[in-house]
Amino acid sequence: MLAALGIGSVDELFADIPESLRASGLDLPPPEAELELAARLEALAARNRTELVSFLGAGVYRHWTPPAVDQLLIRGEWYTAYTPYQPEISQGTLQSIYEYESLIAELVDLDVVSASHYDGAAATAEAALMTCRATRRERVLVSRAVHPQVRATIATYFEGGLEIDEIPLVAAGDAAGTTDLEALARLLDDPDRPVAGVVAAQPNFLGLLEPMREIGEAAHGAGALFVAFVEPVSLAVLEPPGAYGADIAAGEGQPLGIAPQYGGPYLGILATNDALVRQIPGRLVGMTTDLDGQRAFVMTMRAREQDIRRDRAASNICTNQALLALAASIYLATIGPHGLRDVAATGAARAAELEAALAAIGVERLHRGPYLNEFAIRVPKARAVHRRLLDRGVLAGLALADAEPDDPALADALLVCTTEVTTSDEIRRFAEALADELTTDRPGPAPALAEATR
Amino acid sequence: MSVTGARLEPTLFERSRPGRGDGKIPHPPKDALERIPAAARRSTPPALPELNEPEVVRHYVNLSQLNYAVDTGFYPLGSCTMKFNPKLNEWAARLPGFAGLHPLVPDEVAQGTLQLLWELEEALAAISGMRAVTLQPAAGAQGELTGILMIRAYHRSRGDTERSEVLVPDSSHGTNPATASMAGYRTITIPSAADGGVDVDAFSAALGPRTAAVMITNPSTLGLFEHRIGELLEAVHAAGALAYMDGANLNAILGRFKPGEAGFDVMHFNVHKTFSTPHGGGGPGAGPVGVGESLLPFLPTPRVLREDDGTYRLERPGERPESIGRLRGFVGNTGVLVRAYAYIRAHGAAGLREVSDDAVLAANYLMHRLEGTYDLPHPGPCKHEFVASAATLKKRTGVRTLDIAKRLIDYGFHPPTIYFPLIVEEAMLIEPTETESLETLDAFADALIAIAAEAEADPDVVRGAPHTAPVKRLDEATAARNPNLRWRGMTGRQMPCPD
Amino acid sequence: MVPTDLRYTKDHEWVRVDGDEATIGITQYAADQLGDIVFVELPAPGKTLDQFATFGVVESVKAVSDLFAPLAGEVTGTNEALTASPELVNGDPYGEGWMLRLRVANHDQLDDLLDPDAYDALVAAG
Repeated sequence: MLAALGIGSVDELFADIPESLRASGLDLPPPEAELELAARLEALAARNRTELVSFLGAGVYRHWTPPAVDQLLIRGEWYTAYTPYQPEISQGTLQSIYEYESLIAELVDLDVVSASHYDGAAATAEAALMTCRATRRERVLVSRAVHPQVRATIATYFEGGLEIDEIPLVAAGDAAGTTDLEALARLLDDPDRPVAGVVAAQPNFLGLLEPMREIGEAAHGAGALFVAFVEPVSLAVLEPPGAYGADIAAGEGQPLGIAPQYGGPYLGILATNDALVRQIPGRLVGMTTDLDGQRAFVMTMRAREQDIRRDRAASNICTNQALLALAASIYLATIGPHGLRDVAATGAARAAELEAALAAIGVERLHRGPYLNEFAIRVPKARAVHRRLLDRGVLAGLALADAEPDDPALADALLVCTTEVTTSDEIRRFAEALADELTTDRPGPAPALAEATR
Repeated sequence: MSVTGARLEPTLFERSRPGRGDGKIPHPPKDALERIPAAARRSTPPALPELNEPEVVRHYVNLSQLNYAVDTGFYPLGSCTMKFNPKLNEWAARLPGFAGLHPLVPDEVAQGTLQLLWELEEALAAISGMRAVTLQPAAGAQGELTGILMIRAYHRSRGDTERSEVLVPDSSHGTNPATASMAGYRTITIPSAADGGVDVDAFSAALGPRTAAVMITNPSTLGLFEHRIGELLEAVHAAGALAYMDGANLNAILGRFKPGEAGFDVMHFNVHKTFSTPHGGGGPGAGPVGVGESLLPFLPTPRVLREDDGTYRLERPGERPESIGRLRGFVGNTGVLVRAYAYIRAHGAAGLREVSDDAVLAANYLMHRLEGTYDLPHPGPCKHEFVASAATLKKRTGVRTLDIAKRLIDYGFHPPTIYFPLIVEEAMLIEPTETESLETLDAFADALIAIAAEAEADPDVVRGAPHTAPVKRLDEATAARNPNLRWRGMTGRQMPCPD
Repeated sequence: MVPTDLRYTKDHEWVRVDGDEATIGITQYAADQLGDIVFVELPAPGKTLDQFATFGVVESVKAVSDLFAPLAGEVTGTNEALTASPELVNGDPYGEGWMLRLRVANHDQLDDLLDPDAYDALVAAG
């Protein structure tokens, strides 16, 4: 090629970089042959402890992913394909996205699903922005029981231009830990600061089931839109947002066949009804026909997006999480509706088992309301206990003080969850270890311990 | 490569039959959900399709064969850097130690991943000449937003509340102005100079006390190095503004130019471009952001920190109050970042410099081959990509860039980027990358030259292309006017499968 | 040659004035440039517009364009047929493809607009 270009060296092609701006070398570790690099990567992976018996959820959940999912996903035609801007040679990707949109639409019972957003937190922030655009109001109410990272993300997107107020939780009684409807009514009742949207989660961050229909009614009564943050597996058995009046649904799709991977890539689910379709950010795939009348799929309503609207686009999103939407679709296709229901129901059954095993050793739930497969337990010096259980190979959920350091009510609490992969054996092991840790500090009759761990 | 001959597929819904699919997990006890209040429970199960595993597998294998991909052929997409995706990286990301790690585990449980992330930050900082890097943003656009929000925080921290504008050249990617709007800024678009570069004088005239930032892509979206960038950066700083670099075109300048050294205050990387992580049909990617000293306090949280004893940890909430906060959940698209890490470690400094050398050489070679057949608005040496135009061909034959793009499909190639940048008429932005053989480059050039000849001799064959793809050109107008975004059974506007 | 009973803006909107009522749309040239129009975003009746203010957006498959009011006034109606059939703008831009009706605030503003010859010259100049 140098000969064809009539130049002596490739350096000549960089002559236009002014001398004063040329890089002064590049300081990186020396390259490694594949064999050595593979060993290095394995060593790094081995420094992570993944052999723990885990009860940790808090937004990311362990499920059994049928191997068919990854064996299909690893086909080069899927993961090395580009964005389907040339639809004639991208019908695979396009049809799979249309199917994804349709599958999620069924789960959430809403009409329009975006082709994916970055993750649940970013999707919820965009949903909150949608409510402001659609209502032309500037204030959003977010339940304190929405995942703290989701709330923090909304706050970043809203910073400096729009207002967020937090809806407090009921402090005591049967509804403790859920969104306080009376407080919500008061927050909505401010004619000088009308509310664009109300955001609540189902189940909420503490695992509890919320009065979503009532929250939605309150929001609509004040002319606000209702955003439901949802967990997709639970939608196999819980009432979906479209049925209880949510205008927009956002959620984290990780539980649908996506490995935890220490934070991502995950799957931002974002769905809305036909009335708000022009407000939804991100790509959309629709069905159409080609010149021969053949059915085909194409990215559509493109004029909403950044490359066309530029500074008037609702969002700057370009690259999304398409491959993860595909993973979720393959998971749903493989597991099927009955399988998904079994996943949710088994997780619930294990959770009840866990609750009983913990109650038997004197460890009670923090709240009284119904939950699906996750709940908070009261544990004195929770952080220290969590540490010691880790040494015993048990990951005892999340110390809530780490997630909500400013909330004294959560200082001595662990958030624990179970799924269909949790075994009775693991539950027994957790309860035994916890009982042991709790009796270490105080005298306790050994026979009671034996009772509890039978 | 060829997707010709592949058969179209019914949808999952059309393949569904009641009662199919089971046996993945054991059945739960029948009363498992009785304790859930009826009001909270779903009254009808979701109408998801029911298929057996063999049907699912055939569905997705058949569909995949309708796709063009890097693994099947050449993608000369300007601004996308569609280089080969090394398979070691897929293996690495799937190591159970990496893939199975929950993001909320205590730091001591995640030392391997934390070390990898920390080392990746160091590597990206070295590559860019920036002081520090955040790996949090999920994509380039989210990286842009991160950068502009940090700039906003910077000005506010100095009590500088008048800055309401962001300047971009008219050749900029659409994400730049969209980002500025998301951050509450007004975008001022500055026309480029005749040579395709930023018009430094026009920028200087527009810079002032209302300017928060400029957003520059270097090399530009025309594939040209901004040789007056030093002058521009000085003018920006003199006006009290900060300079953001869109790093989409980093593949041209690895080891040759460091934006941080040159004076950029912040930039993003597209790891799914420069650092080989696969595009996945539209994502995921990751958009790490590098910053200079002035923006360090505002980086998103949590940062990855290394203690004196060599252990790693995540920053705790509230540990750095000036942070702009978080843009998404958890620490970042870690699975993608593992792939980028492996790529960088495989290459080292010399390897990355060679990447740019080869990418730039390949682009110049292709440009040289197309001389005389297509218009080349900027015929001097290019960097990793160049713009060709079909403007003259269109005047002579009526055949447009869109038609040429579709005809390339019949020749077995994915079209280049078309109608971008907006400032070139009938644009084709061509970026071969460094992972293509000479034979492939020549075959592509031959195809484009053949199509130009067809445009003269038989324009209809070009205008009617593609002829050999699984589907012909699509009715995009109806798709946008009457959107069908969801399967609703065989009633209404669903069209039957070709089967 | 564009209709002779209309006036035009340099951004390719037309206006027909009938007493106090003005009807507004975009020209055939504009519609051709945009390509197949898929959506038109129009303001609600009652909204007051200044001359040359943005009153909406027209979207085609691959482009988007702001719409500028040739005259100031209060919006009295929009063409609801465009919701189901935006292609009317492509097919009959001066008739069935009309977009907006408003009550003229200041008839003198007509002097700020282009007459048919001036508009034709503008388009010819490219």
